[in-house]
Amino acid sequence: MHELAICQALISQVRDVVRERSGRVQRVRVGIGPLSGVEPRLLEDAYPLACVGTCAEGSQLAIEQMNIRVRCRICGAESEAAPNRLLCAACGDWRTELLSGDELMLLRIELETQEEPMESANV
Amino acid sequence: MCETCGCSAHQTSAKDTETVEVLGRLLDANDRAADHNRDHFDDHRVIAFNIMSSPGAGKTALLEATIDALKPDFRIAVIEGDLETDNDARRIRAHGVPAVQITTGGACHLDARMVHEALHDLPLRQLDIVFIENVGNLVCPASFDLGQHRNIVLLSATEGDDKPAKYPVMFRAADLVLLTKMDLAPVLEDFEPLRAEKAVRDLANAAPVITLSARKRINLDAWEAWLRGEIAKIRATQQTVHSANEARHEHHHHPAVA
Repeated sequence: MHELAICQALISQVRDVVRERSGRVQRVRVGIGPLSGVEPRLLEDAYPLACVGTCAEGSQLAIEQMNIRVRCRICGAESEAAPNRLLCAACGDWRTELLSGDELMLLRIELETQEEPMESANV
Repeated sequence: MCETCGCSAHQTSAKDTETVEVLGRLLDANDRAADHNRDHFDDHRVIAFNIMSSPGAGKTALLEATIDALKPDFRIAVIEGDLETDNDARRIRAHGVPAVQITTGGACHLDARMVHEALHDLPLRQLDIVFIENVGNLVCPASFDLGQHRNIVLLSATEGDDKPAKYPVMFRAADLVLLTKMDLAPVLEDFEPLRAEKAVRDLANAAPVITLSARKRINLDAWEAWLRGEIAKIRATQQTVHSANEARHEHHHHPAVA
Protein backbone atom coordinates (compact mmCIF):
# COMPACT_ATOMS: atom_id res chain seq x y z
CA MET A 1 0.00 0.00 0.00
CA HIS A 2 2.28 2.75 -1.20
CA GLU A 3 -0.70 5.03 -1.87
CA LEU A 4 -0.17 6.79 1.46
CA ALA A 5 3.40 7.61 0.45
CA ILE A 6 2.11 8.90 -2.90
CA CYS A 7 -0.47 11.08 -1.10
CA GLN A 8 2.21 12.51 1.17
CA ALA A 9 4.29 13.40 -1.91
CA LEU A 10 1.20 14.94 -3.48
CA ILE A 11 0.43 17.06 -0.43
CA SER A 12 3.99 18.27 -0.18
CA GLN A 13 3.67 19.49 -3.80
CA VAL A 14 0.35 21.15 -3.01
CA ARG A 15 2.02 22.87 -0.06
CA ASP A 16 4.78 24.22 -2.33
CA VAL A 17 2.23 25.60 -4.77
CA VAL A 18 -0.11 27.26 -2.26
CA ARG A 19 2.61 28.59 0.04
CA GLU A 20 2.66 31.96 -1.70
CA ARG A 21 -1.07 32.20 -2.25
CA SER A 22 -3.98 32.92 -0.02
CA GLY A 23 -7.03 30.75 0.15
CA ARG A 24 -8.12 27.37 1.32
CA VAL A 25 -7.39 24.28 -0.78
CA GLN A 26 -10.75 23.11 -2.03
CA ARG A 27 -9.96 20.45 -4.58
CA VAL A 28 -6.83 18.73 -5.86
CA ARG A 29 -7.00 17.10 -9.26
CA VAL A 30 -4.60 14.33 -10.26
CA GLY A 31 -4.19 12.25 -13.42
CA ILE A 32 -3.55 8.53 -12.92
CA GLY A 33 -2.79 6.00 -15.63
CA PRO A 34 -3.44 2.27 -15.16
CA LEU A 35 0.30 1.61 -15.59
CA SER A 36 1.34 4.06 -12.86
CA GLY A 37 1.09 1.31 -10.26
CA VAL A 38 -1.36 3.37 -8.22
CA GLU A 39 -4.85 2.17 -7.42
CA PRO A 40 -7.26 5.15 -7.62
CA ARG A 41 -9.61 3.79 -4.96
CA LEU A 42 -6.75 3.26 -2.49
CA LEU A 43 -5.50 6.76 -3.27
CA GLU A 44 -8.94 8.13 -2.41
CA ASP A 45 -8.87 6.22 0.89
CA ALA A 46 -5.39 7.41 1.78
CA TYR A 47 -5.92 11.05 0.80
CA PRO A 48 -7.93 12.30 3.84
CA LEU A 49 -5.48 10.55 6.19
CA ALA A 50 -2.48 12.19 4.56
CA CYS A 51 -4.25 15.59 4.62
CA VAL A 52 -4.70 15.74 8.39
CA GLY A 53 -2.87 18.71 9.84
CA THR A 54 -1.80 20.05 6.43
CA CYS A 55 -2.91 22.91 4.22
CA ALA A 56 -4.96 20.39 2.26
CA GLU A 57 -7.04 19.23 5.22
CA GLY A 58 -10.72 19.10 4.29
CA SER A 59 -10.02 19.27 0.56
CA GLN A 60 -11.40 16.92 -2.02
CA LEU A 61 -9.32 14.66 -4.28
CA ALA A 62 -10.48 14.42 -7.90
CA ILE A 63 -8.95 11.67 -10.01
CA GLU A 64 -8.81 11.73 -13.80
CA GLN A 65 -8.18 8.22 -15.07
CA MET A 66 -6.03 8.20 -18.17
CA ASN A 67 -6.30 5.66 -20.97
CA ILE A 68 -3.51 3.44 -22.21
CA ARG A 69 -2.43 4.23 -25.76
CA VAL A 70 0.41 2.60 -27.67
CA ARG A 71 2.13 3.22 -31.00
CA CYS A 72 3.35 0.21 -32.94
CA ARG A 73 7.06 0.28 -33.78
CA ILE A 74 6.39 -2.07 -36.67
CA CYS A 75 3.32 -0.74 -38.50
CA GLY A 76 3.04 2.69 -36.89
CA ALA A 77 -0.61 2.35 -35.88
CA GLU A 78 -1.82 3.95 -32.67
CA SER A 79 -4.36 2.14 -30.53
CA GLU A 80 -5.77 1.67 -27.06
CA ALA A 81 -4.51 -1.27 -25.03
CA ALA A 82 -5.09 -3.17 -21.79
CA PRO A 83 -2.50 -2.94 -18.97
CA ASN A 84 -1.22 -6.48 -19.50
CA ARG A 85 -1.61 -6.61 -23.28
CA LEU A 86 0.22 -3.64 -24.75
CA LEU A 87 -0.10 -5.04 -28.24
CA CYS A 88 -0.78 -3.23 -31.49
CA ALA A 89 -4.52 -3.47 -32.22
CA ALA A 90 -3.80 -3.25 -35.96
CA CYS A 91 -1.09 -5.85 -36.55
CA GLY A 92 -0.88 -7.60 -33.16
CA ASP A 93 2.86 -7.05 -32.69
CA TRP A 94 4.19 -6.61 -29.13
CA ARG A 95 6.88 -4.16 -30.11
CA THR A 96 4.98 -0.99 -29.19
CA GLU A 97 5.84 2.18 -27.33
CA LEU A 98 3.62 3.62 -24.64
CA LEU A 99 2.09 6.99 -25.56
CA SER A 100 0.05 7.37 -22.38
CA GLY A 101 -1.18 5.34 -19.45
CA ASP A 102 1.64 5.55 -16.89
CA GLU A 103 0.83 9.06 -15.62
CA LEU A 104 1.04 9.96 -11.98
CA MET A 105 0.51 13.69 -12.17
CA LEU A 106 -0.72 16.59 -10.11
CA LEU A 107 -2.86 18.47 -12.65
CA ARG A 108 -4.37 21.41 -10.80
CA ILE A 109 -5.34 22.85 -7.47
CA GLU A 110 -8.52 24.80 -6.77
CA LEU A 111 -8.32 27.35 -4.00
CA GLU A 112 -11.23 29.02 -2.30
CA THR A 113 -10.22 32.64 -1.90
CA GLN A 114 -11.60 35.04 0.66
CA GLU A 115 -11.42 38.03 -1.63
CA GLU A 116 -10.79 38.84 -5.27
CA PRO A 117 -7.31 37.73 -6.33
CA MET A 118 -4.88 40.63 -6.67
CA GLU A 119 -4.36 40.43 -10.40
CA SER A 120 -8.06 40.47 -11.28
CA ALA A 121 -8.71 43.26 -8.75
CA ASN A 122 -6.25 45.42 -10.67
CA VAL A 123 -7.84 44.79 -14.06
CA MET B 1 -15.49 25.36 -17.57
CA CYS B 2 -12.09 23.75 -17.64
CA GLU B 3 -13.33 21.08 -15.33
CA THR B 4 -15.85 19.74 -17.78
CA CYS B 5 -13.88 20.01 -20.99
CA GLY B 6 -10.53 19.09 -19.38
CA CYS B 7 -8.74 21.70 -21.47
CA SER B 8 -5.24 22.54 -20.33
CA ALA B 9 -5.14 26.11 -19.27
CA HIS B 10 -3.93 28.95 -17.43
CA GLN B 11 -4.76 30.39 -14.14
CA THR B 12 -8.44 31.26 -14.00
CA SER B 13 -9.65 33.75 -11.46
CA ALA B 14 -13.28 33.30 -10.69
CA LYS B 15 -15.13 35.23 -8.07
CA ASP B 16 -14.08 33.16 -5.11
CA THR B 17 -12.02 30.28 -6.44
CA GLU B 18 -8.61 30.25 -8.00
CA THR B 19 -7.46 27.34 -10.14
CA VAL B 20 -3.72 26.76 -10.32
CA GLU B 21 -2.49 24.54 -13.14
CA VAL B 22 0.48 22.49 -12.02
CA LEU B 23 1.24 19.50 -14.25
CA GLY B 24 3.93 18.02 -12.01
CA ARG B 25 4.88 14.41 -11.51
CA LEU B 26 3.62 13.23 -8.12
CA LEU B 27 6.87 11.46 -7.39
CA ASP B 28 8.99 14.39 -8.49
CA ALA B 29 10.80 14.59 -5.13
CA ASN B 30 11.62 10.87 -5.23
CA ASP B 31 12.75 11.12 -8.86
CA ARG B 32 15.10 13.99 -8.00
CA ALA B 33 16.52 12.02 -5.08
CA ALA B 34 16.96 9.04 -7.42
CA ASP B 35 18.85 11.20 -9.95
CA HIS B 36 21.05 12.37 -7.10
CA ASN B 37 21.80 8.75 -6.16
CA ARG B 38 22.60 7.96 -9.79
CA ASP B 39 25.06 10.88 -9.85
CA HIS B 40 26.71 9.47 -6.72
CA PHE B 41 27.04 6.08 -8.40
CA ASP B 42 28.32 7.53 -11.66
CA ASP B 43 30.81 9.85 -9.95
CA HIS B 44 32.33 6.82 -8.26
CA ARG B 45 31.96 4.57 -11.32
CA VAL B 46 29.73 2.28 -9.32
CA ILE B 47 27.00 0.25 -11.03
CA ALA B 48 23.70 -0.23 -9.22
CA PHE B 49 21.25 -3.07 -9.79
CA ASN B 50 17.77 -2.97 -8.23
CA ILE B 51 16.54 -6.49 -7.55
CA MET B 52 12.80 -6.96 -7.11
CA SER B 53 10.43 -9.90 -6.66
CA SER B 54 7.71 -11.23 -4.41
CA PRO B 55 8.84 -12.42 -0.95
CA GLY B 56 10.67 -15.73 -1.11
CA ALA B 57 11.43 -15.76 -4.84
CA GLY B 58 15.11 -16.23 -4.07
CA LYS B 59 16.69 -12.75 -4.22
CA THR B 60 19.09 -13.36 -1.35
CA ALA B 61 20.05 -16.86 -2.53
CA LEU B 62 20.75 -15.43 -5.99
CA LEU B 63 22.92 -12.68 -4.49
CA GLU B 64 24.87 -15.18 -2.41
CA ALA B 65 25.69 -17.24 -5.50
CA THR B 66 26.42 -14.11 -7.53
CA ILE B 67 28.79 -12.63 -4.95
CA ASP B 68 30.79 -15.85 -4.88
CA ALA B 69 31.03 -15.85 -8.67
CA LEU B 70 31.91 -12.18 -9.16
CA LYS B 71 34.01 -11.46 -6.08
CA PRO B 72 37.33 -12.25 -7.77
CA ASP B 73 36.66 -9.55 -10.40
CA PHE B 74 34.48 -6.90 -8.72
CA ARG B 75 34.22 -5.12 -5.39
CA ILE B 76 30.61 -5.66 -4.34
CA ALA B 77 28.25 -4.28 -1.67
CA VAL B 78 24.58 -4.95 -0.98
CA ILE B 79 21.78 -2.74 0.31
CA GLU B 80 19.10 -4.91 1.89
CA GLY B 81 15.53 -3.70 2.18
CA ASP B 82 13.22 -5.52 4.56
CA LEU B 83 10.24 -4.69 6.71
CA GLU B 84 11.98 -6.16 9.74
CA THR B 85 15.14 -8.09 10.75
CA ASP B 86 18.68 -7.98 9.39
CA ASN B 87 18.74 -11.70 8.57
CA ASP B 88 19.44 -11.07 4.87
CA ALA B 89 22.26 -8.60 5.54
CA ARG B 90 23.90 -11.14 7.84
CA ARG B 91 23.62 -13.81 5.14
CA ILE B 92 25.32 -11.46 2.67
CA ARG B 93 28.10 -10.43 5.09
CA ALA B 94 28.93 -14.11 5.59
CA HIS B 95 30.12 -14.03 1.96
CA GLY B 96 32.69 -11.36 2.81
CA VAL B 97 31.10 -8.24 1.33
CA PRO B 98 29.64 -5.18 3.09
CA ALA B 99 25.85 -5.08 3.48
CA VAL B 100 23.69 -2.24 4.78
CA GLN B 101 20.30 -3.19 6.12
CA ILE B 102 17.38 -0.81 5.66
CA THR B 103 14.46 -1.84 7.83
CA THR B 104 11.47 0.03 6.46
CA GLY B 105 9.38 -0.70 9.55
CA GLY B 106 6.28 -1.52 7.59
CA ALA B 107 6.83 0.47 4.41
CA CYS B 108 6.29 -1.86 1.47
CA HIS B 109 9.03 -0.46 -0.79
CA LEU B 110 12.39 1.28 -0.77
CA ASP B 111 12.47 4.88 -1.90
CA ALA B 112 15.36 6.97 -3.17
CA ARG B 113 15.85 8.80 0.13
CA MET B 114 16.28 5.53 2.08
CA VAL B 115 18.86 4.35 -0.45
CA HIS B 116 20.66 7.69 -0.20
CA GLU B 117 21.00 7.27 3.56
CA ALA B 118 22.32 3.75 3.06
CA LEU B 119 24.89 5.03 0.55
CA HIS B 120 26.50 7.09 3.31
CA ASP B 121 27.30 3.83 5.09
CA LEU B 122 29.05 2.34 2.06
CA PRO B 123 32.61 3.00 0.91
CA LEU B 124 31.57 3.94 -2.65
CA ARG B 125 35.14 4.79 -3.64
CA GLN B 126 36.11 1.19 -3.00
CA LEU B 127 33.23 -0.42 -4.87
CA ASP B 128 32.34 -1.53 -8.38
CA ILE B 129 28.81 -2.89 -7.91
CA VAL B 130 25.96 -2.18 -5.49
CA PHE B 131 23.08 -4.63 -5.49
CA ILE B 132 19.92 -3.19 -3.96
CA GLU B 133 17.67 -5.98 -2.74
CA ASN B 134 14.25 -4.33 -2.63
CA VAL B 135 11.43 -5.25 -0.25
CA GLY B 136 9.74 -8.46 -1.38
CA ASN B 137 6.66 -7.13 -3.17
CA LEU B 138 5.55 -7.17 -6.81
CA VAL B 139 3.50 -3.97 -6.57
CA CYS B 140 4.89 -0.98 -4.72
CA PRO B 141 8.65 -1.03 -5.47
CA ALA B 142 7.90 -0.62 -9.19
CA SER B 143 6.74 2.98 -8.67
CA PHE B 144 9.91 4.25 -6.97
CA ASP B 145 13.09 4.98 -8.91
CA LEU B 146 16.09 4.45 -6.62
CA GLY B 147 18.82 5.68 -8.94
CA GLN B 148 19.68 2.20 -10.16
CA HIS B 149 21.13 1.52 -13.62
CA ARG B 150 19.12 -1.65 -14.23
CA ASN B 151 16.05 -3.38 -12.80
CA ILE B 152 16.13 -7.14 -12.35
CA VAL B 153 12.86 -8.91 -11.56
CA LEU B 154 12.75 -12.48 -10.26
CA LEU B 155 9.84 -14.84 -10.76
CA SER B 156 10.13 -18.22 -9.06
CA ALA B 157 8.72 -21.36 -10.62
CA THR B 158 6.45 -21.87 -7.60
CA GLU B 159 4.63 -18.57 -8.25
CA GLY B 160 3.13 -19.40 -11.61
CA ASP B 161 3.98 -18.23 -15.13
CA ASP B 162 1.14 -15.69 -15.34
CA LYS B 163 2.68 -13.27 -12.81
CA PRO B 164 3.81 -10.78 -15.50
CA ALA B 165 0.18 -10.46 -16.64
CA LYS B 166 -0.97 -9.97 -13.04
CA TYR B 167 1.74 -7.43 -12.13
CA PRO B 168 2.26 -5.52 -15.39
CA VAL B 169 3.78 -2.40 -13.80
CA MET B 170 6.58 -4.38 -12.18
CA PHE B 171 7.40 -6.61 -15.16
CA ARG B 172 7.18 -3.72 -17.63
CA ALA B 173 9.98 -2.02 -15.66
CA ALA B 174 12.29 -5.07 -15.83
CA ASP B 175 15.52 -4.91 -17.81
CA LEU B 176 16.00 -8.60 -17.10
CA VAL B 177 13.58 -11.27 -15.89
CA LEU B 178 15.01 -14.26 -14.04
CA LEU B 179 12.86 -17.37 -13.70
CA THR B 180 14.24 -18.84 -10.48
CA LYS B 181 14.05 -22.17 -8.62
CA MET B 182 13.99 -23.97 -11.95
CA ASP B 183 15.37 -27.07 -10.22
CA LEU B 184 11.74 -27.50 -9.05
CA ALA B 185 10.39 -27.36 -12.61
CA PRO B 186 10.05 -31.16 -12.93
CA VAL B 187 7.48 -31.21 -10.10
CA LEU B 188 5.77 -27.98 -11.15
CA GLU B 189 4.20 -29.09 -14.39
CA ASP B 190 2.05 -25.96 -14.68
CA PHE B 191 5.03 -23.63 -14.87
CA GLU B 192 5.99 -23.04 -18.49
CA PRO B 193 8.96 -20.65 -19.00
CA LEU B 194 7.80 -19.82 -22.54
CA ARG B 195 4.41 -18.70 -21.23
CA ALA B 196 6.14 -16.45 -18.70
CA GLU B 197 8.28 -15.02 -21.49
CA LYS B 198 5.24 -14.40 -23.69
CA ALA B 199 3.54 -12.59 -20.80
CA VAL B 200 6.59 -10.31 -20.59
CA ARG B 201 6.45 -9.63 -24.36
CA ASP B 202 2.74 -8.80 -24.02
CA LEU B 203 3.89 -5.88 -21.88
CA ALA B 204 5.92 -4.62 -24.85
CA ASN B 205 9.07 -5.50 -22.91
CA ALA B 206 12.01 -6.93 -24.84
CA ALA B 207 13.95 -7.81 -21.65
CA PRO B 208 15.84 -11.10 -21.79
CA VAL B 209 14.31 -13.94 -19.77
CA ILE B 210 16.77 -16.37 -18.17
CA THR B 211 15.86 -19.58 -16.32
CA LEU B 212 18.12 -20.61 -13.45
CA SER B 213 18.47 -22.14 -10.02
CA ALA B 214 20.78 -20.44 -7.52
CA ARG B 215 20.71 -23.31 -5.02
CA LYS B 216 21.43 -26.05 -7.58
CA ARG B 217 23.69 -23.75 -9.63
CA ILE B 218 21.74 -24.25 -12.86
CA ASN B 219 22.39 -21.82 -15.70
CA LEU B 220 24.13 -19.25 -13.52
CA ASP B 221 26.58 -18.69 -16.39
CA ALA B 222 23.87 -17.01 -18.50
CA TRP B 223 22.99 -14.64 -15.65
CA GLU B 224 26.64 -13.89 -15.00
CA ALA B 225 27.21 -13.21 -18.69
CA TRP B 226 24.28 -10.77 -18.75
CA LEU B 227 25.67 -8.97 -15.69
CA ARG B 228 29.15 -8.67 -17.16
CA GLY B 229 27.71 -7.41 -20.46
CA GLU B 230 25.60 -4.73 -18.75
CA ILE B 231 28.49 -3.70 -16.50
CA ALA B 232 30.62 -3.10 -19.59
CA LYS B 233 27.84 -1.05 -21.26
CA ILE B 234 27.15 1.07 -18.17
CA ARG B 235 30.86 1.68 -17.59
CA ALA B 236 31.17 2.97 -21.16
CA THR B 237 28.40 5.53 -20.54
CA GLN B 238 29.90 6.49 -17.18
CA GLN B 239 33.21 7.06 -18.94
CA THR B 240 31.49 9.33 -21.49
CA VAL B 241 29.61 11.25 -18.82
CA HIS B 242 32.79 11.65 -16.82
CA SER B 243 34.73 12.98 -19.83
CA ALA B 244 31.87 15.33 -20.71
CA ASN B 245 31.79 16.61 -17.13
CA GLU B 246 35.51 17.19 -17.15
CA ALA B 247 35.31 19.03 -20.46
CA ARG B 248 32.44 21.15 -19.18
CA HIS B 249 34.35 21.80 -16.01
CA GLU B 250 37.39 23.10 -17.90
CA HIS B 251 35.22 25.11 -20.23
CA HIS B 252 33.40 26.57 -17.26
CA HIS B 253 36.58 27.77 -15.63
CA HIS B 254 38.23 29.08 -18.76
CA PRO B 255 36.55 32.51 -18.94
CA ALA B 256 37.37 33.18 -15.29
CA VAL B 257 41.05 32.55 -15.99
CA ALA B 258 41.11 34.62 -19.15
